[in-house]
Amino acid sequence: MQEYSASELMVVRAARELENNQVVFVGIGLPNLACNLARRLEAPELVLIYESGAVGAAPSRLPLSIGDPCLVTDSISVCSMVEVFNYYLQGGLIDVGFLGGAQVDRFGNINSTVIGDYIQPKVRLPGSGGACEIAIHAKKIIIIIEQSKRTFPEKIDFITSPGFIDENNQRKKFKMPGRGPDLVITDLGVYSFSKDTKEMILREIHPGVSLQELRANVSWRLKVSPRLKTTTPPTKKELKIIREDLDPNKIYIR
Amino acid sequence: MNMKEAIKKNIQDGDTLIIGGFTHLICFAAGHEIIRQKKKNLVACRLTPDLIYDQMIAAGCVKKLVFSWAGNPGVGPLYGLRRAFEKGIPRQIEIEEYTHFGMVARFMAGASKLPFMHLRNFSGTDLLKKNTNIKSVQCPYTGETLATVPALNPDVAIIQAQRADASGNAQIWGLMGVQREAAFASKKVIIVAEELVESDVIRSDPNRTLIPGMIVDAVVIEPFAAHPSYAQGYYDRDNQFYVDWYKISKDQRSMENYISEWILGVSNRKDYQEKLGKGYIDRLKAQERFSAPVNYGY
Repeated sequence: MQEYSASELMVVRAARELENNQVVFVGIGLPNLACNLARRLEAPELVLIYESGAVGAAPSRLPLSIGDPCLVTDSISVCSMVEVFNYYLQGGLIDVGFLGGAQVDRFGNINSTVIGDYIQPKVRLPGSGGACEIAIHAKKIIIIIEQSKRTFPEKIDFITSPGFIDENNQRKKFKMPGRGPDLVITDLGVYSFSKDTKEMILREIHPGVSLQELRANVSWRLKVSPRLKTTTPPTKKELKIIREDLDPNKIYIR
Repeated sequence: MNMKEAIKKNIQDGDTLIIGGFTHLICFAAGHEIIRQKKKNLVACRLTPDLIYDQMIAAGCVKKLVFSWAGNPGVGPLYGLRRAFEKGIPRQIEIEEYTHFGMVARFMAGASKLPFMHLRNFSGTDLLKKNTNIKSVQCPYTGETLATVPALNPDVAIIQAQRADASGNAQIWGLMGVQREAAFASKKVIIVAEELVESDVIRSDPNRTLIPGMIVDAVVIEPFAAHPSYAQGYYDRDNQFYVDWYKISKDQRSMENYISEWILGVSNRKDYQEKLGKGYIDRLKAQERFSAPVNYGY
């Protein structure tokens, strides 16, 4: 019996990607937990930027939204959204951006806009918010998403946030400043992208997950790294911080 | 001026409107008064429609929504908006969709009285195909192709501030969103302030004045006007209400009941506060966290 949940593992795995002094564009939910966990452990000087305008935030409670007042109190700077998007993001200051969504394809393109037709949707989702520009400008993107055939389809219904677009890596053609998606962290495993084809490759499989089960939750023929590893499970210390300090009421952790 | 007069005088049916504030300082009191006055066919602009536009859409005030992220942050969808968009309840609404950066750029152009703003964005997305207002321009210096968005110049901006003087010089601290740009972009500006202060107070800290009185058409002093949004240093965001909105709004009948009880059933913000009760309001009261004073002397 595992002593941690899949979402706890996702948070811990994401936190371990972050380096001290990096500037991170933080989203709400699991990315927010990951960034604040990293700040408490290996990356105390991590600079958290929220699209609402809080720069160098040091939240003392779990923010429900990216505009929570706790992000302002004790932050380094509070700026307008003109500055966040123009000077920080388009200005090239963001090292890591976290993105989620309803669907991701094998080239790391993300849909958070609509399921079905755009005009007559099956499900209307929130839309881009800042996701599209984060995907284009942040030096590196980490995608966090729960994995199923539905969320990993052959083709996504709408490209809200561009990854590599296709096997020809259209980012170059469009002269996108950011390098694109670096890692996809799901509840089953961790993926990176092939240098040549820009296709998602399974790098790590979470403890207790079989390759068969994982393949059953991908709609395309999944490529697996020859050096496939098992994800290092969370430590007691990491779990303690998540459970006691970061999300004691289990708002995001299931 | 009170809120009733300010809305009656400054907002006409069919107006393009922004109620400003990004999570912070969203003036629900103004939105509720718009619903009570049964304004119609509004073109409602905001980056995040938030609960206030969800309510205005469900009350039938909105013809078109211009936005970039339509959800209840950390909670779920906006069901009022979804019912209108997907099922035409209570009326069909049009949408015009951007990204946050796209909306920010539209207000920047609007505030600068330029026809458009350019930005590095949108390439490779499907939004580019669906929104034909997003176009491109070639940089005359480098030859680079840049995306463009058209200026947004609303008829009215309603901007909430922590404090203002009688002339409408308005000071905001904490998250500022695009309030300044929205105010300068709009033909009329209504300032709603938590607190009325003497001009001396404003002049004692001029860096904090986000909006100058010269562009302001009406000043409304209305404490607690942002609830369930918040005013930094005055009261906290009512996160529990945002969580509860999921249940209230998911069912059409229950959302209608909310609107008739809490919006149509009260006559102004004071009534609303009394209905919430002193205990409820006291629980949201902000703790003290004063900044170090600065010396403006020379």
